[in-house]
Amino acid sequence: MFFSSPFKLRKKGIMGMNQRNSGYVGRYNPRRLYPLVDNKLKTKIIAREANVTTPALLGVISMQAEVEKVASFIENTPGFVIKPAKGSGGKGILVITKIENGRYYKPNGSEETLADIKRHVTDILAGLFSLGGSADVAVVEGLIQFDSAFDGFSFEGVPDVRVIVFKGFPVMAMMRLSTAASDGKANLHQGAVGVGIDIGTGKAINAVQFDMPVERHPDTNKELKLLNVPKWERLIYLAASCYEMSGMGYLGTDMVLDRDLGPMLLELNARPGLAIQIANGTGILPRLKLVESLKDAEKMSVEERVAFAKKHFAETPLVEIA
Amino acid sequence: MNARIFFYTLVAGLFVLGITQTIQRHMAFDIPWMPGETRTVWNIDAKVEFDATDKAILASLTTPFTQAGFTQISQNAASPGYGLSFLYEDNHPQAQWTIRQAEGPQTLYYNIQLLVDDESQDQAISKMPELVDIEYGGAGVAADLAASSDIIQDSLKTSADAFSFTRELLKQLNADDPNQNVSLVLAGKATKTDVLMALLNEAKIPNKRIGALVLEDGRRRQHLQPLVQVFQEKDGKIESRLFDASTVKAVDRTNLLLWDQSGKALLELTGGVNSKVSFSMIQQDQPALAAILQKTDNEHLFNFSIHSLPVEDQSLFKGILMIPLGVLIVVIMRVLIGLKTSGTFMPVLIAMAFIQTSLVTGLIGFILLVAVGLFIRSYLSHLNLLLVSRISTVIIMVILLIALFGVLSYKLGLTEGLKVTFFPMIILSWTIERMSVLWEEEGPKEVFTQGGGSLVVAVLAYFIMSNEVARHLMFNFIGLQFVVMSFVLILGSYTGYRLLELRRFKPLADKE
Repeated sequence: MFFSSPFKLRKKGIMGMNQRNSGYVGRYNPRRLYPLVDNKLKTKIIAREANVTTPALLGVISMQAEVEKVASFIENTPGFVIKPAKGSGGKGILVITKIENGRYYKPNGSEETLADIKRHVTDILAGLFSLGGSADVAVVEGLIQFDSAFDGFSFEGVPDVRVIVFKGFPVMAMMRLSTAASDGKANLHQGAVGVGIDIGTGKAINAVQFDMPVERHPDTNKELKLLNVPKWERLIYLAASCYEMSGMGYLGTDMVLDRDLGPMLLELNARPGLAIQIANGTGILPRLKLVESLKDAEKMSVEERVAFAKKHFAETPLVEIA
Repeated sequence: MNARIFFYTLVAGLFVLGITQTIQRHMAFDIPWMPGETRTVWNIDAKVEFDATDKAILASLTTPFTQAGFTQISQNAASPGYGLSFLYEDNHPQAQWTIRQAEGPQTLYYNIQLLVDDESQDQAISKMPELVDIEYGGAGVAADLAASSDIIQDSLKTSADAFSFTRELLKQLNADDPNQNVSLVLAGKATKTDVLMALLNEAKIPNKRIGALVLEDGRRRQHLQPLVQVFQEKDGKIESRLFDASTVKAVDRTNLLLWDQSGKALLELTGGVNSKVSFSMIQQDQPALAAILQKTDNEHLFNFSIHSLPVEDQSLFKGILMIPLGVLIVVIMRVLIGLKTSGTFMPVLIAMAFIQTSLVTGLIGFILLVAVGLFIRSYLSHLNLLLVSRISTVIIMVILLIALFGVLSYKLGLTEGLKVTFFPMIILSWTIERMSVLWEEEGPKEVFTQGGGSLVVAVLAYFIMSNEVARHLMFNFIGLQFVVMSFVLILGSYTGYRLLELRRFKPLADKE
């Protein structure tokens, strides 16, 4: 059979796009808060206020006349990232990992000139990468020195951890590993590998690429089951505290692990994708329903929520979800 | 929970409203469900001929009412040099020609179009015609009177009301072996119709002479057939029935047009002699809708509908009213199937362009334009341009491409190719720009998925939107817009899986 039966999917608690849109994104995410999430600069500002660590901000370019200033921002840095504040789906993110003799190198080794970088900033300002083509600002951030725990798990890109936070509870997590197919980007539909991560321990459960199960990383051949996210406790704590910070009920938090600074928030997503279910090999609905059934969820502290999640949503849960 | 109930009530309300309005329109205005149904229209000419006597002329021709079986669609008259007016005098319509001076033989034409219409009704009778004395013109007045009162006495005995009395009279008048009295009254020059009317008048039964026209396709030089309309009052209501004086049989009203219901003369003429009225007629089959529109045009009942707009604007609406169907297709494809398209409603716009260009030409033209556009656009991306000017460049480029394709196809003798000009250029330019960005960022695979998805939806929408039946229904039954709206609303609350998700999550569902 080419298609599986919808009843089978329903029974497994797998959430479809229509249900996500009307039942969760539409219901729990107030429209007026979207700018906080869709604009990476605003996210950064509220994160700082909430003491959630984020990558270093090197500078912001908001006008065409300021494009020349980009050179001063990227002086004396080992590497940097330029991204549009309102970009979506990883569009328009330029990562430079190496600077040598005034030449800039992307993770895949290809060379960019300063003119190329300025053109990229110009494109961002013109709104090429933003939703609806509206004018945008370019954010220049310091490069994340990713944790050695991920050596060999990622190809030419920063692996990040996507945690779905529902009403402040971290319900499901997945690691996104870039591949040659995804051109160093961590988006699953572009070919990145998604590895389901156990909420309880931070250990790998299951891995997929292009929605199909994989055992090993396609480029480095490293066994994906061995993946273990360090400082997991701190990471899901940060993810869970994004709820108070953003006010979004159904939130995708993208976290990265810096070698020195530990877990930090990269960006928030008000419409997190469904592939996380495939990466975890389980449907998300039973967990969402459990959280929805809690009466005093609003009164629980971040620590209590994390503890609840670890208890109920771990791979070998201490308490079975009914 | 209340909001849910309200929502479903709203949807059900819209649905029922739409369906009711549609059925109501079908019933009340007789708008057919299918396009191309035809209705019969009689096109009748009345020719009035007379010799003018070099004086002022006033000619009034009695014209027919809308009546049982026929609805008047239009009337007009040809009459060089004459002043013409359509009047409504003494409760009956007439066409009146006037001229200060004319000489020699004159010919006036009156034309009327009548729709064969089972739903039309006879005019209500408001008052009885007056009784008048008519002379029999028989052997002699005294003898006539004696004979006629005998006939009336005989008929009265064997009848119950005015209608049966008339039938009894007709039996006597049309008997194979008429009795002495009947022979006496019929002896004169008077026709049977005149005799019948005289007898009825004498018996104090109101009656009226009717001129009827038997409709037969292609007949010329026809004359009105005299009938007698007999009235009686029953329970405060005036009833009437038609009788033909020359037969006992009831009058068959199929294909019978009651032309002259004035009870007076068919033609009243001053200033002319030797007048003659003759009729010719043809039967035409018109598209039902056109016929009905003409019918209702007169009634001003369509004032609220699109049909009351000028024809030019109507044809504009014909396109616009199809968009909801295209939109419905997009919603179905996205919500139920889960197909990716580039731009939410761009497929509808492409489909509308296809309607202008025809499908195959449109598809080839579209793919060719986008492909060449993408190729040139890939060069532009090296130029480090601002977005607005880059898009503008693409627009100019698309226009040049369209011009080039137009000229090329014309030179090659492919006039079909000229239709590429129908493509909305701004839409094309944005498509090229988006596809180009998509190509650079997500690779060609995504371009083909989204472009292909858009084209699939566009072609589907094209088939629905160009379907004759759908066009007919959507244009003539505004209520269907509500039905489409209720579908779109209900699809908006669908939270089940999309068809392609059943495929996507299959590995997950099959686990264990």
